[in-house]
Amino acid sequence: MAEAAPVLEVSGLRKEFGELVAVDDVSFRVPAAGSLAIVGESGSGKTTVAKMIVGLERPTAGTIVACGNDRSKPARSTSDRRRRGGEVQIVFQDPYSSLDPRQTVEATLDEILRMHHGWPKDRRRQRVLELTELVGLDARQTRALPRGLSGGQRQRVAIARALAAEPRVLILDESVAALDVSIQAQVLNLLADIRDETSVSFVLISHDLAVVRQLAEETIVMWRGRVVERGATSRVLDEPQDDYTKQLRASVPRPGWKPQRRLVAAADEEG
Amino acid sequence: MSASIPAGATATAQSRTDAPLLEVDGLTVHLPVEGAQRDVLRDVSFGIRAGEALGLVGESGSGKSMTARAIDRLLPDGAEVEGAIRFEGRDVGTLAGADLRAFRGRVAMIFQDPRAHVNPVRRIGDFMTEALRTNLGVPTSTAERRAVHMLAQVGIDDGERRLRQYPHELSGGLLQRVMIAAALLTEPRLLLADEPTTALDVTTQAEVMAILHDLRREFDLAMLFITHDLELAAAVCDRTVVMYAGQIVEVRSSALLHGDPLHPYTAALAAARPDIGQTSRRLRAIPGRPLSAFEAPPGECAFAPRCPHVVDECRAGVPDIVELDGGRSRCVRARELRGRLGVSSDG
Repeated sequence: MAEAAPVLEVSGLRKEFGELVAVDDVSFRVPAAGSLAIVGESGSGKTTVAKMIVGLERPTAGTIVACGNDRSKPARSTSDRRRRGGEVQIVFQDPYSSLDPRQTVEATLDEILRMHHGWPKDRRRQRVLELTELVGLDARQTRALPRGLSGGQRQRVAIARALAAEPRVLILDESVAALDVSIQAQVLNLLADIRDETSVSFVLISHDLAVVRQLAEETIVMWRGRVVERGATSRVLDEPQDDYTKQLRASVPRPGWKPQRRLVAAADEEG
Repeated sequence: MSASIPAGATATAQSRTDAPLLEVDGLTVHLPVEGAQRDVLRDVSFGIRAGEALGLVGESGSGKSMTARAIDRLLPDGAEVEGAIRFEGRDVGTLAGADLRAFRGRVAMIFQDPRAHVNPVRRIGDFMTEALRTNLGVPTSTAERRAVHMLAQVGIDDGERRLRQYPHELSGGLLQRVMIAAALLTEPRLLLADEPTTALDVTTQAEVMAILHDLRREFDLAMLFITHDLELAAAVCDRTVVMYAGQIVEVRSSALLHGDPLHPYTAALAAARPDIGQTSRRLRAIPGRPLSAFEAPPGECAFAPRCPHVVDECRAGVPDIVELDGGRSRCVRARELRGRLGVSSDG
């Protein structure tokens, strides 16, 4: 497969917290309209990678380039920060804590459109309509405050807000993990539509292998800060090569499942 | 050690017969919310046999956790309870004082977030041995010896050291093992497990499930396993109860739950989950959102507004739960839809 120019390229990324190496030499590229999953469990470093990409953590070493612009160092100015926001947006797990409780959905989206694009009022109103329609919110929900919405509706708002900045890359950090199964399916379908209808690229941070299969073409598996396996999602899940990936795959419940018990290495599991 | 178990001891022999260990019969619960009594559970009935693992599956508001709380007499103040809960033939609702404490030793509970259920400033040993020391009068040294032994059973070899540690010194997976060991120290006959692995990593979840599986066999322990995860319940439980809006909608042998469900909600729930084995073009999402009991439209099937098989009859009244093919279904079309609801794994 001919490799398209990446919209996001991460090279030799490293993050230390004191003596702990949380992320160790992580590299990957995401092409335009591509989708990459970062799979791993607590302490794997996957969320730290996401935080470094959006600028919430500063890398100890390595580079992050989005749309040709280096973002390994903190933004120097408001316009720099705004440009970065137009390149990469993130949707977190808990939609409630990431929305302003005093702002209606409409006002939230309007503010992003004004800040990022500086459009006149009419154009913004039109775009708010398009965005809320895209994520499946009705007129009442669009005028509501976050507390008047269900968890699934709030996650739609968070997705609409991220898309309002018209990013090239959307990072989904366990964005469907807290949702009820029937709602999760709605949001996954919405994300698949967005992937198919726009050229936005996805970086999916997830521990849920079935969700990864549904949404991401490529997958990297992280374990203790390092990438232990990478490849097409179908290959990684169907024919895992690395021992940890195999263990992860074997841990997924299924009919006739016999969960494996290993003895805890005492030092292994300190909190 | 069975001499230390007063209440229910007379019924030990009963567990060898066909009479269920636990019987929940017409359980209906109302809770005060903003001055009004609201339905939380509606006519919930099921039994658990000695040694059986029963799954209890549902989404937000289905009433699955409230059912476990009602069984363990842990409902909030002001709750109104109708119906009966019998454990080893005794009415749980009338227990008080020492009888209630003894009952809680026989019916132990573990929770999703162990950290929310331990006192952070008390050592593990103090917490683990409390029920033995205060409820059953076991001397501290004996209680600690039994705690160390039980920690070994859940795969923690250095129990003596762990007893001196504080909860924050243990990872979530390790603390959940400690909670399981603590729950088993009073030699319960039934374990109420409320999403005990939801907050854990999948590899840790697999280990905790393996431990529960081994211990249930060893101690002939029955389990009510509460989860939002239909696949997990089906994988580890003998039978599964599916709840929606405070009611049971289906009871089914776990082996048949995915391929041959009896209620459209179970079928929809199974179909909505993405498949780890293949990418679907679109998931079969269920429209709308799950309802709580008090939000359910009165006088009709609670799932009717979201059901792909809805007909006028579904709106004519709350459907009765009917026996069907070794299971139960609360659907007026259950017989007619029989065999047509399954998810084919290769479709």
